Amino acid sequence: MAISRDEVLHVARLARLELGEDEIEEYTRQLSRILEHIQKLQRLDTKDVPPTSHVLDLKNVLRADETRPGLSREEALSNAPDAVSGFFRVPKIRES
Amino acid sequence: MDSATAAEFEPVIGLEVHVELKTKSKIFCPCPTKFGAEPNTQVCPVCLGLPGVLPVLNEGAVELAVMAALALNCDIRPSSRFHRKNYFYPDLPKAYQISQYDHPLATGGWIEVGAGASRKRIGIKRLHLEEDAGKLMHEGSIETAARSLVDFNRCGVPLIEIVSEPDISSPEEAKEYLQVLKSILQYAGVSDCRMQEGSLRVDANVSVRPTGSAAFGTRTELKNIGSFRSVVRGLQYEIRRQIEVIRAGGEVLQETRHWDEQREVTVALRGKEEAHDYRYFPEPDLVPLHLDREWVESVRLKLPELPEARKRRFVSDYGLPEYDAGVLTASPSLAEFYERCVGLYGRGEGRPKTVSNWVMGELTRFLNANNIEIEEARVTPSHVVELLRLIEGGSISGKIAKAIFDRMCETGEMPSQIVRREGLGQISDESEIAAVVARVIEENPKVVGDYKSGKAQALGYLVGQVMKATGGRASPGLVNRVLRERLG
Ligand SMILES: [Zn+2]
Repeated sequence: MAISRDEVLHVARLARLELGEDEIEEYTRQLSRILEHIQKLQRLDTKDVPPTSHVLDLKNVLRADETRPGLSREEALSNAPDAVSGFFRVPKIRES
Repeated sequence: MDSATAAEFEPVIGLEVHVELKTKSKIFCPCPTKFGAEPNTQVCPVCLGLPGVLPVLNEGAVELAVMAALALNCDIRPSSRFHRKNYFYPDLPKAYQISQYDHPLATGGWIEVGAGASRKRIGIKRLHLEEDAGKLMHEGSIETAARSLVDFNRCGVPLIEIVSEPDISSPEEAKEYLQVLKSILQYAGVSDCRMQEGSLRVDANVSVRPTGSAAFGTRTELKNIGSFRSVVRGLQYEIRRQIEVIRAGGEVLQETRHWDEQREVTVALRGKEEAHDYRYFPEPDLVPLHLDREWVESVRLKLPELPEARKRRFVSDYGLPEYDAGVLTASPSLAEFYERCVGLYGRGEGRPKTVSNWVMGELTRFLNANNIEIEEARVTPSHVVELLRLIEGGSISGKIAKAIFDRMCETGEMPSQIVRREGLGQISDESEIAAVVARVIEENPKVVGDYKSGKAQALGYLVGQVMKATGGRASPGLVNRVLRERLG
């Protein structure tokens, strides 16, 4: 297996996913197969190939520093599950 | 802990400073960045993280970041790129922050702190561009709040993160590094650097090691530092805590700790062991950034005179002591104010130093007492110079000038108007002074006797009584002369 059950659990926790026992097994198998497949690429000699950071051959796509109005506050909040006095309202965050 | 114990250990400090850039629009969308707007009124699908949107990099943010990097003596990397830093927090609607990771905008800079023989360079490891997050507020008090409120106006405001080398060796030096850094960034015009508005934020990494050792101890990261004063207090506390842990045979844990401003302690953040697994990966929505030499040099040409150069000029052009020059040039607006005063008042006969005394003394005291910047005050160089001319011409004493200084700054009224309206002009009519002198002599026979029997300092007391009786409006020179004459 290219990926361990613990690693799958760790990644699931980071992504805030709750997995059932059967799902843990299923994803461990699937992710391992994906990683094995990707490993085939490592057989290629890429010594002289510069790393690709982007698939498009573009650079410096920039916009001028100018403002444009965005959404109205009503629009911005329209899909919020909870809002009050112009704010989004969310469950309390525990810092410690 | 006594100082002998403390000397066994030395602190090693590195600072991470986040600074909001003064652009008109956000870093990846055209929303305005104005501070203090009504919540969620400067937002759009891009900065709210709605699906299907495309961020486009703001050219102005790149230019300001490059300007900051050049002012801090950094090397601009010819090519850099953006990464996604992934974590869940309600102030970050995309669940990732667009930042830079392995290819930052600039590296290898430095600034200088200290004076004379203890002058020293603090290295700047890297400077990179990223986006700010939204602002969280607690509903009611922090302990009882069941929910938090989110304002996304700040989300997407361009930030630079400036990471120092661990070259800082005391809490006071950390503060000085921040003061110099702030001054340079204000001069370069890249940011307001207002800590109370959150446009400059500081995290500190600190460890201790046996004095003279080359190895580093385990460091902790200090967060939630709200002012330069808290930087010093927080670091002092944390250094003391780490030394105590080591001396008790314990081990310092690598962790993030919050500075608790009320209790003046640092507190470990728990339950965040996984929070630092950010799973950085290249941002597929943004293409690489290539900055050619020529463009970088064109930005360098736009850099204004920086604080160090201005300070040297103040010493050579105005003949100011280095201390004065340092204080006056710390903020570009104060330096500007000073230069306009000297421009009006003139450079002869020690005038630049006189102006310096008033600007560093009364004016700075007034600004600090009211917690405002010079540009927010109603006082102008014309006010200060008129006041100095009134003193110079003998119309008012220095004491009266000090007494009306605050009123002049508060109301913006010209000093000559205040003096006329309140009848504060100096009494230079000899007969008027002579009348007061006669009364003071009559009322103080014992002191007069002391003076006549050879106690020269008794005269000072009598001068003081005359000044008091005239509300400080008598010319001290004249009072002295008349008193001596009368006492024979
Ligand atoms: Zn926006």
